[in-house]
Amino acid sequence: MDFAPHTHDDDRAMLDTVGLDALSDLFEAIDPSLQLTRPLDVPPALDEVELLDHMARLARRSRGPAELVCFAGGGSYDHHLPPVVKALAGRAEFATSYTPYQPELSQGVLQAIFEFQTLVCELYGMEVANASLYDGANALVEAVTLSMRTTKRSRVLVGATVHPHYVQVLRTCTSGLDLDVEVVPFGGEGIVDWSKVDATGAAAVACAYPNFFGRLEDLQTASSVAHEAGALSIAVTDPTAMGVLESPGTLGADVAVGEGQALGNPKSYGGPYVGLFATHLDHVRQVPGRIAGETVDADGRRAYVLTLQAREQHIRRARATSNVCTNQTLMAIFASVYLGWLGPQGLQRLGEVCIRRTAFTAERLSEIPGCEIAFEGPHFKEIVLRTPGDARELERSIAERGYLAGPSLGRWWPELSDCLLVAVTERRTEQDIVGLAEALEKELAG
Amino acid sequence: MTGTQGSLEQSAGTRPDGAGFPLVFELSRKGRRAWSLPEAKVDAPELDELVPERFRRSQAPALPEVSERDLVRHYTRLSQRNWAIDVGAYPLGSCSMKYNPKVAEEAAAMPGFAALHPLAPDDLVQGALELLGTLEEALCEATGMDAITMQPAAGAQGELTGLLIMRAWHEANGDARRRVIIPDSAHGTNPASVSLAGYEAVEVRSDERGLVDVEALIDVLDENVAGLMLTNPNTLGLFERDIVRIATAVHEVGGLLYYDGANFNSIVGIVRPGDMGFDIVHLNLHKTFATPHGGGGPGSGPLAVSDRLARFLPAPVLVYDKGTERWGWDHDRPDSIGRIHGFHGNFGINVRAYAYLRSLGPEGLRRVAERAVLNANYLRTLVADSFPTKYPGICMHEFVASAKPLKQHGVRAMDVAKRLIDFGYHPPTVYFPLVVEEALMVEPTETESKETIDGLADALNQIAGEAEEHPELLHGAPVTTPVRRPDEARAARRLTVRWTPE
Repeated sequence: MDFAPHTHDDDRAMLDTVGLDALSDLFEAIDPSLQLTRPLDVPPALDEVELLDHMARLARRSRGPAELVCFAGGGSYDHHLPPVVKALAGRAEFATSYTPYQPELSQGVLQAIFEFQTLVCELYGMEVANASLYDGANALVEAVTLSMRTTKRSRVLVGATVHPHYVQVLRTCTSGLDLDVEVVPFGGEGIVDWSKVDATGAAAVACAYPNFFGRLEDLQTASSVAHEAGALSIAVTDPTAMGVLESPGTLGADVAVGEGQALGNPKSYGGPYVGLFATHLDHVRQVPGRIAGETVDADGRRAYVLTLQAREQHIRRARATSNVCTNQTLMAIFASVYLGWLGPQGLQRLGEVCIRRTAFTAERLSEIPGCEIAFEGPHFKEIVLRTPGDARELERSIAERGYLAGPSLGRWWPELSDCLLVAVTERRTEQDIVGLAEALEKELAG
Repeated sequence: MTGTQGSLEQSAGTRPDGAGFPLVFELSRKGRRAWSLPEAKVDAPELDELVPERFRRSQAPALPEVSERDLVRHYTRLSQRNWAIDVGAYPLGSCSMKYNPKVAEEAAAMPGFAALHPLAPDDLVQGALELLGTLEEALCEATGMDAITMQPAAGAQGELTGLLIMRAWHEANGDARRRVIIPDSAHGTNPASVSLAGYEAVEVRSDERGLVDVEALIDVLDENVAGLMLTNPNTLGLFERDIVRIATAVHEVGGLLYYDGANFNSIVGIVRPGDMGFDIVHLNLHKTFATPHGGGGPGSGPLAVSDRLARFLPAPVLVYDKGTERWGWDHDRPDSIGRIHGFHGNFGINVRAYAYLRSLGPEGLRRVAERAVLNANYLRTLVADSFPTKYPGICMHEFVASAKPLKQHGVRAMDVAKRLIDFGYHPPTVYFPLVVEEALMVEPTETESKETIDGLADALNQIAGEAEEHPELLHGAPVTTPVRRPDEARAARRLTVRWTPE
């Protein structure tokens, strides 16, 4: 099944109008010796019934949601997805539109972006946000390159407790630029001792708050250290924590970035997600990507447009603030509807439930013989469980018992190869938590 | 005269007092709520004991306090103030705004895809990996490449990935090069990505045919050129006829050829970038493979390469073990440029692209290119008298017409675009590419019918007549939309980029 509506008569009539005999004449500019003389060797077409059967079969070959209770974290979380979010953000008028180049036909998306920008600013305590970036990792990259342009410096200090994938992406994406990425190690409490960090000559200091281990970093000190050295402070912040934790803006961050998946978007094996990016107005002309702005129309009515486009690649080309064009607007609209559903009280409830259930989980799991919580102190929604053996094996075997926990941390930190990350969202009940503990007990005893 | 194809709800949600359409924040009433979440219900200390005071939020974020019904009406009405493919024709040049099949949405929403955790052990996600593996193989076949990464989230991220691979290749050869050549008709992302990759972008002009000026290209080629980025067909909708000569010339100085897949829709199943001599290819699955554009994203920009570049692809790389019959991620890639995405790319988009691919099959893919090119040429022919193309002859999936003849009546390309809205069509891309004066870049795509294109052509021809006799109709357009000609200069001058509480 293809989706071209042409009948045989349409083809004929249209070719006649153009003045051609055959469809193949349309490709006369392409040297015949280059053209394919065979169909592409791709799987044969399926009708819709076959296709949905096939997709359902593939979907069943993965063991996920229906069978496994999800305690997995590390940048992707199993939060409640309110039905109203998909019902609204998934509307075809949003989903099947494109970048709002014609504002008269795009007030829906433009206003939704303007509201999204406001929501991100409110969460992070900032003055300007963009229309979104690809994901949290990409947002960190853009924050660092903004800092490089702003300070004209080429050194960045990144806390080792920033998501290790984000650090990898940062290294990759800046590998063509003259940038020195230095990772600042964490201490025995699973946080960086920012007071001992020397940021001399740095463009930026990047601090995860809460960090990859679920611990609360001292962002305020990280910001002070950055500012004393003339560097920018970048916070990598989980937006779901913003109902209970102080905003990065208040704690001195100049740029706040984060992953917005947890705001109403499915885990979807890692994407599409949405990169959050917010900063102060001083930096607005260095912000990457689309920004919606308010104005008035010819009749004086409030209206929204894409603004400050001179920053962007389609105008500034080689000197643009970023190469981003297509972003993640639809996921941003999902996040907006979700935040509208939560409101300030819902966001606070969400954070409180995550924190208290995580504390309960830490208490219960540390009772398992041979297990302990690796890093003591306040946590948000993740903990690191130190186990008696190889956590990678445990991650697999515990799944056999119906629980998805992890990731195991040895892949990034060999010294933590006996450690398992455990994430606890509002979806994990006391029964789930006790179940996980009992499964771990059996597994480790066996 | 108006709204023959579709129109937006002018009045939806607009307040009778003339105050305009409300922001969600303006609907907020203290204490109203939509949320429904559990209490902690566990034996754990209170929040105050768990989180030290210095970490506690001092002032709650000003999220809106609304009922679920408020939320539903607000976003439903907002959506009615927005054009979309599902509302009407969207012939935005270089964007391939084709119909997005619903079956792909249904497939992507299956919990076996949508609810998978990206860090789950490989053994638990075999279905997802098999899907990705099959898609990778099919995309390599369609592009004539040997290896691919699905990590890039959009075309521009694919570009950066490809340029970093280009860089890694030259560095592995002990060959530091500085420049990347791009045509003057290229998308802005090309030079922007070149800069980000640490290269200098050098523009090469188009000739009188609207194609790369091969002599001018040869003039700038030397051992400092890392490669050439080319969109083929180019942004004028013209196939670069000299591609084999171009490829040979670039390869002769040791450069690599990068294929920007923005316009791949016009050649899928007809000719492959690999067979033209390209070494690196990105695709925009949100264009050729019909995934929804989402108001500006998400997209998906997989990056494919020839054999000799495969070892540089971003890690991890998907592999199939014939012995165990298992798919898995290979992280041990010492020559890899590194990770480019937080996880595995826009998987949910790739599921949709896969469903589309499986729906079409090989014959369907070829039909896509044929009908896309047929539609563009049919429309081009119907409006040729009113809106001539600078470069005559058969075009590919799009053509760039010029509104220059209307300038004598004081009418600009933007006026034509705005007037077209009143006839019920989304306007084409305007003022791009820069090499055509008063450019109107039109891409109907293969999913529009002959009747739709006839109607679009009638509207454009009528507008050309109006431009001569009643230019004020064009200057005053649109008149059928919720807002008219928002003041963009004012938006930049009096910058308001967020709502602020009173």
